[in-house]
Amino acid sequence: MTNQSSTQDYQSDRESAAGAPTLRAVVGSHRIEEEMFGKVFDPQIIKRIGFFVKPYRREFIISVVAVLIFTVTQLMIPMIIRYAIDWGVIPGNIGLLHAALIVFAVVISINYGASHVQETVVGKAAENVLFDIRRAMFAHLQDVSLSFMDKTEVGRLMSRLQGDVGSMQEFLETSVLSVGDIVLLFGIITLMLYLDVQLGLITLSVMPVLFIARIFWLPMAREAFIKAHETNSAVNGALAEGIHAVRTVQGMGREALNARLYGDKVMANLGTNLWASKIAQVLVPVVDTMTGFAMALVVVLGGAKLLGHTLDVGVMVAFLFFIQRFFDPIRSLTIQYSVMQRAMASGQRLIEVLDVDVSVKDRPDAVDIGETDGSVEFRDVTFGYDKQQMVLKDLSFRVEPGQTVALVGPTGSGKSSAMSLIHRFYDVTEGQILVGGHDVRDVTQASLGRQIAMVLQEPFLFTGSVLENIRYNKEDATREQIIAAATVLGADPFIRALPQGYDTVLGERGGSLSTGQRQLLSFARALVADAKILVLDEATASIDSATEQMIQRALAILLKGRTGLVIAHRLATVRNADKIMVLQAGRLVESGTHAELISNGGLYAGLYRANYASFDDVEAPA
Amino acid sequence: MAIADAHTVRGGLRTLWRMTRIALMTPWQVTFAVGATLISATMQLIIPRLLGRAIDQTQLLAAGTLDATNALWTTAWAVLAVSFVRGVFTTFQNYFSEAVNHHTGVELRLRYYEQVQRLSFGFHDSVHSGDLITLGLLDLDGARQFFSTGLVRLVLLTVLIGFGGTMLLQIDWQLGLMALSFVPVVGWFSSVSQLRLRLTWRDLQDRMSVLSRVMEENLAGIRVVRAFSAGAHEMTKFDAASANALGLAHERVDIRVRSTGIMTLSFLAAMGLVLWVGGEKVMAGHMSVGTLTSFLTFMTILQMPVRQLGLLVNSFARTSTCGARVFAFLDLQPAIADGPKAKDLVLGDAELRFDGVDFAYPNAPEAKVLTGLTFTAKRGETIGIIGPPGSGKSTLAHLIPRFYDVTAGRIMVDGQDIRAVTLASLRRAVSVVAQDVFLFTTSLENNIAYAEPLAEDEAIEEVSSDAQIHSHITGLKSGYRTVVGERGSSLSGGQRQRMAIARSLLPKPSVLVFDDSTAAVDANTEARIRTALVEGASDRVTLIIAHRLNSLLHADRILFLDKGRVVEQGSHAELLALGGRYRALYDLQTSGADREGL
Repeated sequence: MTNQSSTQDYQSDRESAAGAPTLRAVVGSHRIEEEMFGKVFDPQIIKRIGFFVKPYRREFIISVVAVLIFTVTQLMIPMIIRYAIDWGVIPGNIGLLHAALIVFAVVISINYGASHVQETVVGKAAENVLFDIRRAMFAHLQDVSLSFMDKTEVGRLMSRLQGDVGSMQEFLETSVLSVGDIVLLFGIITLMLYLDVQLGLITLSVMPVLFIARIFWLPMAREAFIKAHETNSAVNGALAEGIHAVRTVQGMGREALNARLYGDKVMANLGTNLWASKIAQVLVPVVDTMTGFAMALVVVLGGAKLLGHTLDVGVMVAFLFFIQRFFDPIRSLTIQYSVMQRAMASGQRLIEVLDVDVSVKDRPDAVDIGETDGSVEFRDVTFGYDKQQMVLKDLSFRVEPGQTVALVGPTGSGKSSAMSLIHRFYDVTEGQILVGGHDVRDVTQASLGRQIAMVLQEPFLFTGSVLENIRYNKEDATREQIIAAATVLGADPFIRALPQGYDTVLGERGGSLSTGQRQLLSFARALVADAKILVLDEATASIDSATEQMIQRALAILLKGRTGLVIAHRLATVRNADKIMVLQAGRLVESGTHAELISNGGLYAGLYRANYASFDDVEAPA
Repeated sequence: MAIADAHTVRGGLRTLWRMTRIALMTPWQVTFAVGATLISATMQLIIPRLLGRAIDQTQLLAAGTLDATNALWTTAWAVLAVSFVRGVFTTFQNYFSEAVNHHTGVELRLRYYEQVQRLSFGFHDSVHSGDLITLGLLDLDGARQFFSTGLVRLVLLTVLIGFGGTMLLQIDWQLGLMALSFVPVVGWFSSVSQLRLRLTWRDLQDRMSVLSRVMEENLAGIRVVRAFSAGAHEMTKFDAASANALGLAHERVDIRVRSTGIMTLSFLAAMGLVLWVGGEKVMAGHMSVGTLTSFLTFMTILQMPVRQLGLLVNSFARTSTCGARVFAFLDLQPAIADGPKAKDLVLGDAELRFDGVDFAYPNAPEAKVLTGLTFTAKRGETIGIIGPPGSGKSTLAHLIPRFYDVTAGRIMVDGQDIRAVTLASLRRAVSVVAQDVFLFTTSLENNIAYAEPLAEDEAIEEVSSDAQIHSHITGLKSGYRTVVGERGSSLSGGQRQRMAIARSLLPKPSVLVFDDSTAAVDANTEARIRTALVEGASDRVTLIIAHRLNSLLHADRILFLDKGRVVEQGSHAELLALGGRYRALYDLQTSGADREGL
């Protein structure tokens, strides 16, 4: 569905300029907005979210009690004024006036206390629930299968962890208040009828009008609001793109055209926002007029009844007070209605994340792998990310302890998949993988992880100091060990040249470092992790010759005394391996030493002779 | 970031005045908004008086001193009419002030976007792009709402509190003082809490962004996390960041609750006071019940606006800080811009000349990156540039389209100093293919046609063929209309570089610079690109910057750069024969590789 809508949008962009030469230009990408509103009430979602509320049940009960007390005291205030006037002021009974005032003082103190308790308790509890939900999701994401992570954009997950969690918080906070609103609404109605049935019924007749007006208005307002929201994010997206791409924009001289295109987006956004503002205001005269109408009714009818001595003047005053509060609960209840719908849509998405399958789990009887010899064996391994398409077929090989094996083959030959299986990122479809003689599915993932260190193709650095990045989760690694590792690999000189040496905080993704330097740091991280087996996906990015030599040297040190499985792209790496395995379309087609394979004259020899810079960039032969 | 906050009062006032001037660019909306505010506020003040009068009339009726019920009807009609008028003008007030906000937003956004595009590389090197986005989204949004949250609210509150208060004091100064006694208390607490919330808000954003960063890095680097079985480690990081943010979030709840509680209490206490003293006055016959009622209803009307005093204070504070940051950015002058007498570049023989060029980056003026660089390249020539990292190769490429200006010396294109011609005409004539390719999230054809959005299909296909990307694109399901980055259509590093080459070829530049832009392209494909480019090469100057020697073996001349100076130059054969740095590099790259063809 997503692809379709973006294509349609794109085509309409093109067709709009039919006749004239096509202007192939847009600013900002077309992002598909997510459903903002869901069902009002979904018991399934409420139940799941309820799970997170449970630990704070006490807090929420206290809040509801407090909000009830608060609402009752609010309702009492006009009543006290009524009695102060009718029993104290009008008959001239100063004692009763003072009594009423004492009650008033007590009521407002309770009101103060109740509102304090309610807002503090619910405010904090809602924050807690929100942080708990986020933590549960984040923790779950640490365990879900990598195939889910592979196909899910980080941005999407982030908006679950931020935006969707945020709207749950809003919902929790206001849901307590809406209990108060309902009580307030019924309280006003009851008290008005209690004070004077006739007058009450007549003035309350405007209330349905207000309700109906609000209900008709709501869908319109929502549509306008969504439109404004969408154009807003389009404008923001275009600005972000303009900032990220500024060098390309200037190099290609697109400033003027982009400013025009951006201007179009900004103006479209102005249109939707003005419309939304208009819609937002359209009910104000209705509400004010209806309120005025109710007050006018009280004046005329109340006056008439007063004349007939069937009504006290204080009752009239109380009525006027209540009428002014009429619309408040109606307004907040309809707002709450939207909040609930938004929360249900968000809740749905949160649950989806929480329910993502954890396909790779420790077996209940999984054991600690203990110390191993570092051998790796594939036995008839068949594997596919989905059932239809197998990426590896009947793959069998054994890597002896301390041996270095280079895997080569065209893109899509299954090298990376095979490497991921050793660490049990995924489970094999058929066959088995043995590490140190243990089937990887029989041991705990944590203990397996300690046997294997991995260096990924793209060195990934975290925000933090160089030291922290090398240490990563090997928390017992001392500063000396880390420096020693960096020194052995030849990274020490450039690290020392950084402003604060090993304590230099790296920018986003280590942006301040060169590609080669980032690679050396990720080598150092693997060296500090000090595992029996090293799985390494060599970087393809081109680096200058001097750095390349340094990397090669570092690689040799890293591999020393370990079992090494290297997805190799560089000739030097391939040649230095004890054994080369050539993969094609998921099968092992040949293996042996460089010399053996060259003399065999197979795929490897062909690739080698074709003089490719990297075996990886070769388009897979059909 | 090179953008300073204006902390002085004068600076703050100047910012507010500039925001006001932008609002005044829509004079009609401003007039309507202010006019409607005056009317709606006046109407609000009338209602309590009418209600008071109604009560008095009923009292008189009951006492039989007023014999016609007509008076009550008149009052009732008046209540209805005034409510209606108030509603209509409140709508106008809100709508037009929102409209002014939106127009202000449009104006600021357009200026902001243009400024982003106008400021030169030197500036963009010195700021974090995330900061620019925050400034352009959050700060700009904070500032653009000044009209409604600041100015209109000021008018409203002045009328309600000023006129309303005066009215009450005139009726009965004692009771008036009591009725108004909650105003300073509420105003103070609401202002203090708003300002404190504002201060902690920035802090909370910072803490939340640490939390977001932890989550984002974890998700983006999930393979590293899994590879090192670092789930527990990551949860510890998460919990620390989370607890840090949660603590402040709780603190903010306390700040908010503390003030709202006191505000409500002081309001209700004042009401009780009015009831007490007013009630006794009525009993003593000094005041009518109606007047007491209008005091009480007036207070309920005043309650909400007075609570907004804090928002008003906050609006002024926010506008002066956010606005100051936005204006400071908008006021920056680009380091590189067209001179007053700049003419369009006149294309001639396509000759590129570096003439004693020195260069140092603006942020490190002492560290010379290029020194005395002199060379000439004629039409049809291909110049190869090689050298160790940091030798100034890329810098040289960035000087030709004036991404930076030379510190000394000059660069001439077709005999014209590039600083004397317009930037637009220069950059049309010069294309630099960068190593890091930015592709836009739009169709492949839009990306290729980036510099020439009106290009024909044939032209796009031709440059794509030259760049050896055409067959890949036609193999995709949606072909040239495939949107970059959509699922299943992600491009490899080499393909991205080929896209960039196609994009740069389209405008037929006179000077074409490849800045290490085939690094991820395999050697055979690179050779095919080279062959395809031979045809157009006779019309232009081609510069090839590379690490890999076989990318520039075919160049007419090769410059070996070291520490910003040309240390060797000549053809491949000449440089080999010279037996210097180039030779050493050649030996290094071919060492052990018994591969033919190098």
